Amino acid sequence: MKAGLARDAAALLAGALFGAGLTVSQMINPRKVLAFLDLTGDWDPSLALTMGGALLVTAIGYRVVLRRPRPAFDAAFRVPARSEVTWRLVAGAALFGVGWGLGGYCPGPAVSAVALGTTEPWLFIAAMVAGGLLAGLLPAPHR
Amino acid sequence: MTAFTPISAFLGGCLIGLAAVVLMALNGRIAGISGIVQGAVEGPRGERGWRWSFVGGLVLGAVLMLAWREPGFAPRTGYPPALLIAAGLLVGIGTRLGSGCTSGHGVCGIARWSVRSIVATLAFMGTGYVTVYIARHVAGAPL
Repeated sequence: MKAGLARDAAALLAGALFGAGLTVSQMINPRKVLAFLDLTGDWDPSLALTMGGALLVTAIGYRVVLRRPRPAFDAAFRVPARSEVTWRLVAGAALFGVGWGLGGYCPGPAVSAVALGTTEPWLFIAAMVAGGLLAGLLPAPHR
Repeated sequence: MTAFTPISAFLGGCLIGLAAVVLMALNGRIAGISGIVQGAVEGPRGERGWRWSFVGGLVLGAVLMLAWREPGFAPRTGYPPALLIAAGLLVGIGTRLGSGCTSGHGVCGIARWSVRSIVATLAFMGTGYVTVYIARHVAGAPL
């Protein structure tokens, strides 16, 4: 099998597992997400367990996988090496949280929610991609 | 508003973690969805294929899971379009400036003990909580 095809198939598999997880956990339901963020109201802590489960499996799995010399279909692991905390990082994450709290969608669940057949995920995704392109016009950060 | 669903929430989280480990083991990539979506749209040509496959997988996994078992919730409709657009723009801008979202920072980054990801996750969780608090309990929005 050609390397490109193998990588595409692997990404499809990983994406499908991810989408299945977002559906089982109900992260694709923005009401569930907003209830998780509503600490002082009718708080639904379910999604804390979703994050816990995801972190547990990823932390253990990464430990095993990253000991290998390289991934199956590429020459090297590509893991971010930066460690400095910048204002760009903090301000960006803070803005992202405001958008998350306004709509109840973060990027993954918005894409998977397309499977529900309603129009609102499409509207959110279009605005999200536009926002990303807009932010790309800003001057690059100092490295 | 929504019921506490600890078991499905945890199992869904484990599937998300498995997806992140599979993508790292096979392709050597972080399962950061904001970056994958952005890269699918405007990344280097040779790197777009696997990203579109992952995005397709996100939808496919949700479709299969919804066909297999009841979602356990009714899809949201009638949410104010202006709010969805504002939310999408903020998520798009914020995840680009902040180099990641719930998956890339909240799961993959924290699983590697990345200081940047821990700070980013605290920032977006914090502003997410504050935004929902203000929207629901100060502005009294029926969201």
